[in-house]
Amino acid sequence: MVNFIIFCCLAVMIVVMSILAVTAKKILRAATYLLFVLIGTAGLYLLLNYHFLAAVQVSVYAGGIVVLFIFAIFLTSNKGEMVETHNIRRIIYGVLTSVAGIALAGFVLLKHRFLYSGNATVEGDTEINMKMIGTALMGTEKYQYLLPFEVLSVLLLACIIGGILIARKK
Amino acid sequence: MEYSLLIIITPLLLFLLLGLSGMKMKPGMAGIIGTAGMGFSTLISYIVAYNYFFGIGQTDGAWATIIPFNVEWLHFTDNLHIDLGILLDPISVMMLLVITTVSLMVHIYSLGYMHGEKGFQRYYAFLSLFSFSMLGLVVATNIFQMYIFWELVGVSSYLLIGFYYTKPSAVSASKKAFIVTRFADLGFLVGILLLSFYTGTFDFAQLTSDGAGLVVASTAGISFMGLSAASWAMALIFMGGAGKSAMFPLHIWLPDAMEGPTPVSALIHAATMVVAGVYLVARLFPVYVFATPDVLTLIAYIGTFTALFAAVIAITQTDIKRVLAFSTISQIAYMMVSLGVSEYGGHDGLGYMASMFHLFTHAFFKALLFLGAGSVIHAVHSNEMDAMGSLRKYMPVTHITFLIACLAIAGIPPFSGFFSKDEILAACLHHDKLIFFTLLAVAGITAFYMFRLYFNIFWGAEKSYDGHHQPHESPLRMTVPLMILAVFSIFTGFIPFPEFITVDHIPFAAHIEWATVAIPSILVAAAGILIAMVFYMKGSELPSRISRALGGLYTATLRKFYMDEIWMFMTKNVVFNRICTPIAWFDRHVVDGAMNGLAWITQKMSVSIKGLQSGQVQLYVWIYVVGSLVIAALVLFL
Amino acid sequence: MIKMEYYLIISILMFFIGIYGFISRRNMLAMLISLELVLNAVEINFAVFNRYLFPERMEGLFFTLFGIAITAAETAVAIAIIINAYRSIGNVNVTKLNKLKD
Repeated sequence: MVNFIIFCCLAVMIVVMSILAVTAKKILRAATYLLFVLIGTAGLYLLLNYHFLAAVQVSVYAGGIVVLFIFAIFLTSNKGEMVETHNIRRIIYGVLTSVAGIALAGFVLLKHRFLYSGNATVEGDTEINMKMIGTALMGTEKYQYLLPFEVLSVLLLACIIGGILIARKK
Repeated sequence: MEYSLLIIITPLLLFLLLGLSGMKMKPGMAGIIGTAGMGFSTLISYIVAYNYFFGIGQTDGAWATIIPFNVEWLHFTDNLHIDLGILLDPISVMMLLVITTVSLMVHIYSLGYMHGEKGFQRYYAFLSLFSFSMLGLVVATNIFQMYIFWELVGVSSYLLIGFYYTKPSAVSASKKAFIVTRFADLGFLVGILLLSFYTGTFDFAQLTSDGAGLVVASTAGISFMGLSAASWAMALIFMGGAGKSAMFPLHIWLPDAMEGPTPVSALIHAATMVVAGVYLVARLFPVYVFATPDVLTLIAYIGTFTALFAAVIAITQTDIKRVLAFSTISQIAYMMVSLGVSEYGGHDGLGYMASMFHLFTHAFFKALLFLGAGSVIHAVHSNEMDAMGSLRKYMPVTHITFLIACLAIAGIPPFSGFFSKDEILAACLHHDKLIFFTLLAVAGITAFYMFRLYFNIFWGAEKSYDGHHQPHESPLRMTVPLMILAVFSIFTGFIPFPEFITVDHIPFAAHIEWATVAIPSILVAAAGILIAMVFYMKGSELPSRISRALGGLYTATLRKFYMDEIWMFMTKNVVFNRICTPIAWFDRHVVDGAMNGLAWITQKMSVSIKGLQSGQVQLYVWIYVVGSLVIAALVLFL
Repeated sequence: MIKMEYYLIISILMFFIGIYGFISRRNMLAMLISLELVLNAVEINFAVFNRYLFPERMEGLFFTLFGIAITAAETAVAIAIIINAYRSIGNVNVTKLNKLKD
């Protein structure tokens, strides 16, 4: 029951902050609202007993990406540019599209019966410990992820180099 | 006799050499090389002729047909292949002699006549090209080879007529000559295709030996507009010949072709190329006589009309080269008539022999006339008769040689023209009286206008040659060819032609029919000369009074019976305005319109949808999202 | 008792709010923020499906983990590009950025 209340609080916070993030006039505020959404998401991961994921979410998103955003905002800010001028046609199209999408996806979701039996594992103490995660991440057996890990590291390297190259002053 | 190939190859090599070296070669050098090469070619052709007539001689009493050289040039199927080769028989050997001799004379003459002209090297290159094509034409072993060289001859004629390409009249004359002969060649080509389609061969030897029977057999029952397919084929082939040989009504290009240099007129438009049509008919004569005698009759009548028509026009012309041009048309028509009235075998083939005989003699005296006229033009710098008079005092050699040529063409014995014309008239007499009397009249007219020309140039009142120096005799380079050709004009008539050239290659004996043909023709010619003498020798008032009395007729003759205007009307008003303009309209509005309409629709569509490619990322995303939502909805609800 | 559908509804809402933001915002950084929302919604889905449908497995967890890493990389590059674009056109308005090369 406590979980449910917490979930409700998180849900409301996430939805409200999401809406604010995409409607905020000032870009810096939008970034701040995004931070709240991300933290809310981390809360959801905690509710799901994915503690490691929650930690990653907070450290990478909140600690890395949002800071990156804020720096970028400062770097690209002009006087008077902060205020988003709204185009009413654009907003109408966006709202219509989003509502249609929500309706469609919600219809599918509610019509569909998921085959999960009970919920004991969800509520119970089934936290995945760090050792399992580490073994799976570094192993080469089935259901182990060394190769994607290495690929990802190459991707990140490429991204670092690319970022430097693109953003470098001529 | 493989060395006969040299006759043809030499001018080709000369053309390549002179044409490629172009202006880099000194003019004198080019002239000497061209003349020497032509001399070599002439020498070889004399050797070939000697070997042919006196070395190989006759087998079974007939002259042999030899093919010393033949290559299969294009092989399509076993039946359809185009060969290139050399065919030696009496007429082709004779043609080799005529062409190389006249060509050599013209080469030598041009050294003087064209001296100092711009493009001297080009001139000699073109002369070589022409000699090559003409020689290739006469030795053709098959009709397709003949067609190829036929077109080459047309091209070189075009190039040489347009030699003074800075002169607009020369340019339009060359175009006219090319287009008119091309138009005729279209008929020729269709005729070739028809003929070879029905006979299954291009080969002359096959066509003339059993081809006639073949044509008749294979086209039996096939007819179009009342004429058999064979008649159509042969008539269309004759159309090609009529174009080249300037038969009415395709003669309009030849007078204008006189815009070219005079030696070119002598070579191409008097002695050689224009008789190609006669040669073509002679070459296919067995087919004509056996398969399509009706076409032969047509040829005879067209020839007769042309002979008279051109002779009448020649009376009134004042440009000396044009007089000669119309006289050429008239004389070629003689040859055509002679072929048209001929039959096959022995003395019945008199017309064929006479035609070739006249071709032979005419080549020399007409070349002589042209070269003499060139010499006169060279001296007075004008083509008009009015600018000339009493030139005999200044130009004795030209005068005498010109007189010889005039006597030859008028048919006065013992000059060559008498003998050949006499044979033609004899052949006509035995065939058709109407043609005979027409040609006899034409002989008189010919004598009259030739001597009108002669007296106007060399006698008559002396003109004041102010503006430039006195006329003087041409240099030796020009007079020597004149003298050589004069010798030919005198003596070629004594060659016993029936011994050498007959339709079936079997010699026969021909006699001059003094009472019925020779005496009348001499009298008519003498009458013509006398009238001309009275009119023009001292310069009397009579001619102008007569011309005034004739009024409209005189004007019509002077304007060449408005043939040019009629053609102009036909092409411009009928073909261009009535046919081509609607077609052009259709092309411009319907065909192009359809294309433009397509382009217009495409453009409009692009304009209307180009907003989608705005470069606006958000629009793309929106379309993507909406699209995937629509697809998802379709998958879910359908 | 929290049903799985509740999580999914949140994720759907977050996803389409992100879409809306991506379509309606002009500022490229704001668009990028919207994109973060979209990606975040997807990651929630992975984790939720893993937990409810296959609790004994870890594929969803690792998908989410890698997704976060890729998102971070993508964001870094995108921000580099935006800064570069800002240098050449002087603002971060996406409607002005319709040429590959100026």
